Amino acid sequence: MSLIEFLQMNYEVILQSLVRHLELVIISVSAGIVISIPLGIFLSRHRKLAGPVLSAAGTIQTIPGLVMLGLALIFFGIGMKPALVALSLYALLPILRNTYTGIIEVDKGIIEAAKGIGMTSNQTLLKVEMPLALASIIGGIRISTVYIVSWATLAGLIGAGGLGDLIWTGLSTYNTNYILAGAVPSAILAFLFSGLIEILQRILTPRGLKGVRV
Amino acid sequence: MNNLFNLIVEHMLIVFVAIAISVIIGIVFGVIAYWMRHVDKLILWTVEIIQTIPSLALLALLMILFGLGNITMIAGLILYALMPIVRNTHTGLLGVAPYLKEAAKGMGMTRLQRLAKVELPLAFPLIFSGIKIALVNSLSIAVMGVLIGAGGLGYPIYRGIQTLSMEMILAGAIPVVLMALVFDYFMSKIEHRLIKKA
Repeated sequence: MSLIEFLQMNYEVILQSLVRHLELVIISVSAGIVISIPLGIFLSRHRKLAGPVLSAAGTIQTIPGLVMLGLALIFFGIGMKPALVALSLYALLPILRNTYTGIIEVDKGIIEAAKGIGMTSNQTLLKVEMPLALASIIGGIRISTVYIVSWATLAGLIGAGGLGDLIWTGLSTYNTNYILAGAVPSAILAFLFSGLIEILQRILTPRGLKGVRV
Repeated sequence: MNNLFNLIVEHMLIVFVAIAISVIIGIVFGVIAYWMRHVDKLILWTVEIIQTIPSLALLALLMILFGLGNITMIAGLILYALMPIVRNTHTGLLGVAPYLKEAAKGMGMTRLQRLAKVELPLAFPLIFSGIKIALVNSLSIAVMGVLIGAGGLGYPIYRGIQTLSMEMILAGAIPVVLMALVFDYFMSKIEHRLIKKA
């Protein structure tokens, strides 16, 4: 069967896989953001804890994706839930590290100035530190997203669906059409996300910081 | 146990062969990017794009070209390892102090001599740290080999997933994570020593 015929016959399945893939990526990156940013802020206020917490998150990152998904499968069964748990764990580190370093690298003089004009600690955080750290935080989100688009292709192996399912079917039946139908969209998805977040980063950078490498 | 040992050796062999080839290709491209300023963006952009492709997708595509087996896995690892090596070679060469480059030129060294005797040695600590990142990442990516018929520690992990056996998964996973941590530790030590010497 030619690729065109294959696509005409199976476009619904491919579309479903794509939607499922997007779900996996968006949910787990959002979970990563919701956990990591507050934790990163907390660590920047309690810097003694930062070393151990960051290296623990770093160790999670060295666990191969296949292993993490396998363990999640054993603990949580088959389907989308174990995949989301494993993927969210992977999303943590880049965002956490970039939130923490983004905040602690804010110029001490600027924080003194904020204190000097009578800002409380919360105001300093929201109006000074967070905006200045934003470029770094979004950089972390970008790294996480690209990772997760990639790891999510493995989720097909534990029954979570997504584009990996198509690749996997293609690999196990030696069917090139399936491989292409899964691999090409997932690669395009990774570029798209990476590019879009980069644009977002440029838009959200405070005007005063444009042109300065953060 | 004996079997596990063989898998560990095979896993390391696959990674070492891939990294060795990637170091050669990576440094060559890093130098090309440094010498020819108008293609540097293109080279750096290309290796970054390759890195962005999901690993299962890249391996599956390579499998169409190379078939099942270790060759496909090695090809995939080479492609993934390029980015840190090319980028660090390029940045390292750019970072060599201009007065040293001038002095080498003043002594009548050719471009190739300057590269071999001055610029590459001075950029080496950074290149080494690129190789470290590539090696540690590759150890963990090589686990995927089992999906495209290559050997290594992916095998017990995948069998473990199929049979829901925690022991099997851990028997494959623990050596992989330990290897990654050990290589990271020792290569970071060497890296610090190199930086101190420089």
